[in-house]
Formats: sequence, C-alpha cells, structure tokens
Amino acid sequence: MSAIGELSTMTRRKGPATKEEKKANGRDNKAAYIFLLPWLVGLVAITIGPMLMSLYLSFTDYNLLQPPEWVGLDNFVRMFGDARLHNSLGVTFTYVLVGVPLQLAVALLIALVLDKGLRGLPFYRSVFYLPSLLGGSVAIAILWKQIFGTTGLVNQVLAMVGIQGPGWISDPGTALGSIILLHVWTFGAPMIIFLAGLRQIPVMYYEAAKVDGATTLQQFWRITLPMLSPIIFFNLVLQIIGSFQSFTQAFIVSGGNGGPSDSTMFFTLYLYQKGFGQFDMGYASAMAWFLLVIIGVFTAINFIASKYWVFYDD
Amino acid sequence: MTKLQSLPAASSSDAKAGQSGKSPRRRESRGNLAFSRSARTKGLIKHAILILVGGVMIYPLLWMVVSSLRPNDLIFREPGLWLESLEMSNYTDGWSALTHPFGHYMINSAIVVLGSIVGNLVSCSMAAYAFARLQFSGKKLFFGIMLLTIMLPFHVVIVPQYILFSQIGWVNTFWPLIVPKLLATDAFFVFLMVQFIRGIPKDLDEAARIDGAGHPRIFLRVILPLMVPALATTTIFTFIWTWNDFFGALIYLTDPDMFTVPVALRAFVDSQSATSWGSLFAMSIVSLLPVFLVFLFGQRFLIKGIATTGIK
Repeated sequence: MSAIGELSTMTRRKGPATKEEKKANGRDNKAAYIFLLPWLVGLVAITIGPMLMSLYLSFTDYNLLQPPEWVGLDNFVRMFGDARLHNSLGVTFTYVLVGVPLQLAVALLIALVLDKGLRGLPFYRSVFYLPSLLGGSVAIAILWKQIFGTTGLVNQVLAMVGIQGPGWISDPGTALGSIILLHVWTFGAPMIIFLAGLRQIPVMYYEAAKVDGATTLQQFWRITLPMLSPIIFFNLVLQIIGSFQSFTQAFIVSGGNGGPSDSTMFFTLYLYQKGFGQFDMGYASAMAWFLLVIIGVFTAINFIASKYWVFYDD
Repeated sequence: MTKLQSLPAASSSDAKAGQSGKSPRRRESRGNLAFSRSARTKGLIKHAILILVGGVMIYPLLWMVVSSLRPNDLIFREPGLWLESLEMSNYTDGWSALTHPFGHYMINSAIVVLGSIVGNLVSCSMAAYAFARLQFSGKKLFFGIMLLTIMLPFHVVIVPQYILFSQIGWVNTFWPLIVPKLLATDAFFVFLMVQFIRGIPKDLDEAARIDGAGHPRIFLRVILPLMVPALATTTIFTFIWTWNDFFGALIYLTDPDMFTVPVALRAFVDSQSATSWGSLFAMSIVSLLPVFLVFLFGQRFLIKGIATTGIK
C-alpha cells in the first residue's frame, strides 16, 4: 500500500485491537527506541522543533541580528495587503492547477499506450523516465532558458516554417507556460506508477467485458479508470504537494527575480527573497506557515473528494 | 509454471479442432486472425505515437550535447543535430571559467552525496526495522507522524533550521546538508524500507531468535543482507536527489570554495552574458553525466522503487 493509502486506512480503521497489539508483554520498547533514536532526534531537532520555532517567529519581527521582537498578527496583516504575495499565489496556483493535471494526463496516456506487452517497452520506458530524473536540475533549467529564449531552439524551429515566435521566457504572457511545460516534461515518474498499477488490474475483467461486447472506450471508462483510481489519487496528492514547493526551475529561468514582471514569481521564490534576500525571517516564517495551510487544505479537499471518485477494490 | 506449460498445449489442440472442421471453432480462429491483423496496425500506430513523443522529449537533450560541441554563434542559428567540426574549447573554457576548476565543485558535490547516502542507509534502515518488526508503545502514533513528514513542505522548517545551523557556525560547511540525512529526515526512504522488510518472511527472524540472536544481530545478519535491493534503491535516489539539490546548497553555501555543482552552475549563469552558452552547455552536460550514468546502471532499482512505493 502506498504511504497515502496507509495513512487513510490508519484514520479509517477503528476496529478491535489485533492480536499483535494485544500482546502487550511481547513488546521490546528498549530495543525499538534504540533503533529509532536517530529518527527521533531528527524528528525533534530537525522537524518538529523548527516547525514550532517558525510558528513562533511568524508572530515576530526578526532579522537574524537583533533578537526577535513580538509583533502579534502584524506579519499576517501585512500578507493581506501584499500585492506581490497575492500575485505569487496566483502564479503558484496556475502552475499547480494547470501543470499537475496536464502532467498526469500525459503520464496516463503514455502508460496506456505502453501497457500490454508492447515490443521495446523497456526502451520506451527508459526514454520517458529519464527526463523526470534530470528535470529538477539546474542544468535542465539552463537548457530551458535557452530553448525558450528569443533566439532559442523553439524559435529556430518555428523560423524554419516561417513563424517568428515570441521570446517565450521574456514575455510575461508565456514565461509561466514554459515552466509548466518543463513540469509536464517530467511525466516519467507518475507514468511508471501508472504502468505498475495497470499491471495489477486482473485480465479477466477485460475478458469478461469483451465477451459482453464492450468497446475499448467502454472498457477504459468502466474498468481501467475505476481500478486505477487509487493510483491516480496517489499521484495527484503527491504531485500537488510537490508542485506547490517548486523552486529551482523558476529561480534559474528567471535569473532569481521571478521576472519578467513577476510572472514567474512562485510563492516559494518570494519566500526565499523575503527570508534569505532581505532577512525578513518573521515574515518568511508567516509565509511558510501560510503555505503549509494551503497545502493542507488542498490535500484535505483531495481526500474528501476522493470518496466520490476513488474506488477501493477491497 | 504449470500455467505457462499448459498454454502451448491448449493452442495446439485448438488448431487441431480447427482442422477437424467444427464450425464454431473455425469461426473463432478466423476471428483471431482478423484480430491479430488489426492488432498489428494498432501496434504500429502505438509505436509511431511513442517514437514521436519520445523524440520530441529527448531532442532538446541531444541538441544540448551537440551544441556544446559547436562554436558559440551556431547555438543560436542551428536547430539540427549534425556536427561539422568538434569544438572541445567549450569544455576547456567552461571547466576553468569560475574561481575554481569545475572539478572542485564536483568533488564538493561528491562529498555531500556520499555523506547523505551513508546517512540515509544507516538511519533509515534502523528506523525501518523498528517500524516493521518491533512492537513498542506509541508505534502507531510515530508511524503516522513519519508518514506525515514525507509530505511536509521543506519551507516550513527551513528558516529555523537556517538559524539553528548558523548559530552553531555551520553555514558554509557541508554539515547542514548531511546531518539531517544522518537523522533519517528523508522519511520517504524509511517508508520504502518498511515496505520491503514487511515482505521478508518472519520465520527467518524467528529462527534467528531461537538460535539466541538479539535484535541488533537479527537486523545486521538477517534483515540487512536481505534488503539489499531496497538499500540500492535508496542509494540511487539519494545520489540523484542530493546531486541535483539546489535550494539547500543555495541557502547554506555562499562561499565559492564550498559551492556544489548546482550553485556553481547558477554562479556561471549569472557571471556570463549570453556570449558563452557553449561552455555553459558543456558544464551543464558535465553536471548531468553522473546522474545519467547512475540512471543507466541503476534504472532497474529506480523503476522498482517508485513502482512499489506507489502501489504496494
């Protein structure tokens, strides 16, 4: 079961204790906590401690040099009136709401074409998977910057058929689109997960459907999609959480400033500028918590909505 | 096994039935023939789609490799892949374009990667053993927290982490990038290993326990040797993610002596105007080469890794 499946069953199951849980005297607390020691230290010192600390800092004015000064809700009030922040939210939402569905649709489509013992499958799979390993690197962001530049590869190809393309990344109207395309380009990882999921659908369902005279399209809507829905859900949740945190591509393509005219100013980029450019650590902490709440809300919506479309075969 | 062996037998008996002239059988076999022909054209269409999509995806990468071997001015005029001459100067220029030769940054990256791999292997496998095999109070709660931290945005902890590490005096050292790995904060790998250990038969632990082995010995002698595939997956993913990591290095490493490859490349982009795309491409390719090699030799583990954490 995936991490998400595991989490949702943990919250769903409230039945009687299993045999293992009842066997209280069979516990090895000492050994367990020794094995867990590095993880526990990390949880406290690297994760939960800093989380609480950043919650506190979000109510302060802090620039690393002077001690933090309590300002109450000032940072959050400031966020309400910060037009650049609102813009960065818009950019991030567009990126997530366009990029994620588009990427998953391509991943599913290619997985469907690749499924069922096609010759050369391992080769194709590698070709499609490679970009998702490289896509997060600075090197690929540099390549993108060239490809979608005014005299870049895309416009060179367009010029061959007589079209003069715009400067994709220097035009505020298309800059974000270029970065979304980079996200779609990395569809290989969800594709692999879809492929593995497709393998798990019992062949007999399709055979039965064929006997009943179902068309390929009907089989897709009635068998493939419902059976695959837990995996689509898993990909959706993970990709949304991940995409909200995208940083490198926008940073490199825009030269670190989120330009042109803030059209690629992702929320994380603005957070970086506030925190590590201007050392406005209190405000950056407030932004970080706001981001956590947004991601939490999106994930919660996802889980609630999943009750209506995700089909569990158990 | 038996299923596989029975398959050819079944089909040959089908063929015999067809020859003997039973009408329903014959109709079915004719249907199969028609089906296989349409399946072949279907296959061709599929291959055409895949080659087209794959070609469009990979073309930019190939073009970058070719362009890195071209004189600078051609990069903005030549969308094709043919090379008239091999221009190695992009590589030699790029290698020495920054304060240090590019190899210096690769060594820095290698140190961080190595530390991260060791950290993840040791700390995550220990935590995974506890979660998968031991009964202890608070297990459910901790396991739930561990799953949640997989999804926790890095940005929520980065500001206090930065303050913490800068107060210890660790800015411009590799410690802020390595120490969290030693403390199993990459919970994704803990989960991956828990899944793997759950698949190892418990009888093996029991047998070892009857022989008088304690948990450290069962872990080291029984479980670890059996979970090598999961360790390999962890190693490979840690390598690629750490090698590509930009945000952490950007924040903690500001001294050019300490730059890892991604921040060095970023400094290269900033320092050069559009005139030296050739050497920029060249160093980009040098930076991607280790990832590509790891992909080439380790993709079996990569693909298995994401498939199993996504499904089972």
